Amino acid sequence: MPTTRTGDSTEPAVRTPDWGGVRLHVVSGKGGTGKTTVAASLALALATGGRRVLVVEVEGRQGLSQIFDVAPLPYAERRVAVAPGGGEVFALAIDPEEALIEYLEMFYNLRRAGNALRRMGAIDFATTVAPGVRDVLLTGKCKEAVRRKKDGVHVYDAVIMDAPPTGRIARFLNVNTEVAGLARTGPIRSQADSVMEVIASPLTAVHLVTLLEEMPVQETADGVDNLLAAGLPVGGIVVNQVRRPLLSAASQSKARKGKLDMAAIEADLARVDVLTPSGALAGSHGMVLAGEVAHALAAEAADHSERLALEQRERDNLQELHRPTYEIPLRPDGVDVGTLYELAELLRGQGMA
Amino acid sequence: MNPSEIVPLSRELDIDALLDDRSIKVIVCCGSGGVGKTTTAAALGLRAADRGRDVVVLTIDPARRLAQSLGLTELDNDPRPVAGVTGEGSLSAMMLDMKRTFDEFVESNADPVRAATILANPFYLSLSSSFAGTQEYMAMEKLGQLRARAEADGSWDLIVVDTPPSRSALDFLDAPRRLGSFLDGRFIRLLAAPAKAGGRAYFRVLSAGFGMFTSVLSKVIGGQVLLDVQTFVGAVDTLFGGFRQRADDTYAMLQAADTAFVVVAAPERDALREASYFVERLEAEAMPLAGLVLNRVQTTTLPDLDVGTANAAAARLESGSRTPVTAALLRIHADRVATLERQKRLAERFTAAHRGVPVATVPSLAGDVVDLAGLREVGRSMAVTT
Repeated sequence: MPTTRTGDSTEPAVRTPDWGGVRLHVVSGKGGTGKTTVAASLALALATGGRRVLVVEVEGRQGLSQIFDVAPLPYAERRVAVAPGGGEVFALAIDPEEALIEYLEMFYNLRRAGNALRRMGAIDFATTVAPGVRDVLLTGKCKEAVRRKKDGVHVYDAVIMDAPPTGRIARFLNVNTEVAGLARTGPIRSQADSVMEVIASPLTAVHLVTLLEEMPVQETADGVDNLLAAGLPVGGIVVNQVRRPLLSAASQSKARKGKLDMAAIEADLARVDVLTPSGALAGSHGMVLAGEVAHALAAEAADHSERLALEQRERDNLQELHRPTYEIPLRPDGVDVGTLYELAELLRGQGMA
Repeated sequence: MNPSEIVPLSRELDIDALLDDRSIKVIVCCGSGGVGKTTTAAALGLRAADRGRDVVVLTIDPARRLAQSLGLTELDNDPRPVAGVTGEGSLSAMMLDMKRTFDEFVESNADPVRAATILANPFYLSLSSSFAGTQEYMAMEKLGQLRARAEADGSWDLIVVDTPPSRSALDFLDAPRRLGSFLDGRFIRLLAAPAKAGGRAYFRVLSAGFGMFTSVLSKVIGGQVLLDVQTFVGAVDTLFGGFRQRADDTYAMLQAADTAFVVVAAPERDALREASYFVERLEAEAMPLAGLVLNRVQTTTLPDLDVGTANAAAARLESGSRTPVTAALLRIHADRVATLERQKRLAERFTAAHRGVPVATVPSLAGDVVDLAGLREVGRSMAVTT
């Protein structure tokens, strides 16, 4: 299948990345919009040209190992892909319990007590019931990866978080407020403060993934409002699964009104041997007649045009958010590792990386 | 053409037989986020009402226009009648207000003074608004209330439940018990009142490690939180008959023969994987599974024109000096059939692993479902059998 570039075709193929100063890319979006696909593609895009990128999963779903087609990720950073020009993508699935034990070890040398605490339900309690603690641990781990240095240089050029969905993202990231009522002093408080130093700064951008459908677009608009209200840096909007516009505006209009020239369509189909000289679909043994073929194709074109019109309406709604917007085409065949590289190139071409 | 002709599936789910079965009192729609659970629940409810049943639909987080189509304009914790049902049946709908359900639960189980103490407790405020699992617990709680009311005054003979949006469909089953276990568990009881938790001997054994942990915990999250938790648990302890007991009771209710689970999925890898987990879990727990509703299934009326032929013909038309519209039509068709074939492969993978599970399909619609007519159309296409 030919690669189709979507997005604003007046843009040059490659331009200065829009998020040059950003080191933590948070990717959120409504469930089912393709957050993990976008996070993985963005990781490849950012790694292109020899950079090291870490992509982090925080919800324990092993979505990254599935999309990169590698064994389930442990609580450790593993290389999952290479990018053109010597780049490397590492992945990490954060387990909040492990993160807490690691944290206790770091501050209190308590690793050996970890199992006893776990049996008592104390670890469960701290990571699940005590509100905010879990989120501080998850965001804290990402912050640590952003800040981590070896021999004076950053270990990762960029960190990408495959984050919770749009409906929860502002609350999830705004750990400061979350633990404010909880811990006024102490290590969790200072941990929350240092997380906010990164997350609420120009080092971070929160990108929202959407489809051109009513509900995801509405959630994206709400998400932007919530992030802004919380003082968090809103990044770009990634529109996933955009249909390639195969028909001109005039033809779309004709298709929707049922005014396509059926005789011309039949003649074209006969010319390229889709229809036999006797007026039937080739290979159908005369069972599917020329008129049926033309009408079926016209009806599908009408559906396609109807969908494009709806997509355009939602695109207009997104425009009102005044955010940099990137588009990824619908892949009828689905997404595999190879596709991720193509999507990465598309994101680079549009300036996201 | 019926989509199931294109996606051959093990067995068809007979939606109308399910809705007409008066021994079924509760239908639970489960599935991962973004697969059309709420629309499915609303469409099932409307169709059941149109077929003569008195239905209440409990939605969790409906799209704005879908909510409006059901007459729901804001979070409203009580069922409201929906106008426009044809025939003898009736339809009511409500949107779950998690915090209010929890508050009402407290108010109806405690005397006013104690209720006020609980409602003002900071730990309660966090728990009732943000704990992962509270929404599921409260959805179960509300279902229990609706059921009790249905039995008491006969308002409804069918409750259709949408489940909270979560990445994992299993959360609906597990979260309430998880929350119940925490609130009723050893650890929180130790926190609240050490001497009560299984006797003094037990406490003495654990006290060294436990004392260390509470001191660490109070350093990490603050002593005030521990105090809040202790006050909260102390206040609710004697009143609720145990959170876990309550969660176990609702869980048992879901295992009863008058409940039917409908697993909802879209023909995408992740959604079907979640559906598989869920189906396996229901089987393991002997929970009554009615079948799978597969939403947004791509269809074509021209299955005999395959992807390769359509693309090759389009390429030939495009090679001329002027590209006719027909080339675009062929490309649209090729994309459509490619999508359909991918979905078919994914659906077949599911049905191969779960042969006994009946499936109903809903074709992909060009537009969003925003009114009762749209919901009726979804219900109709779900119920079509070949």
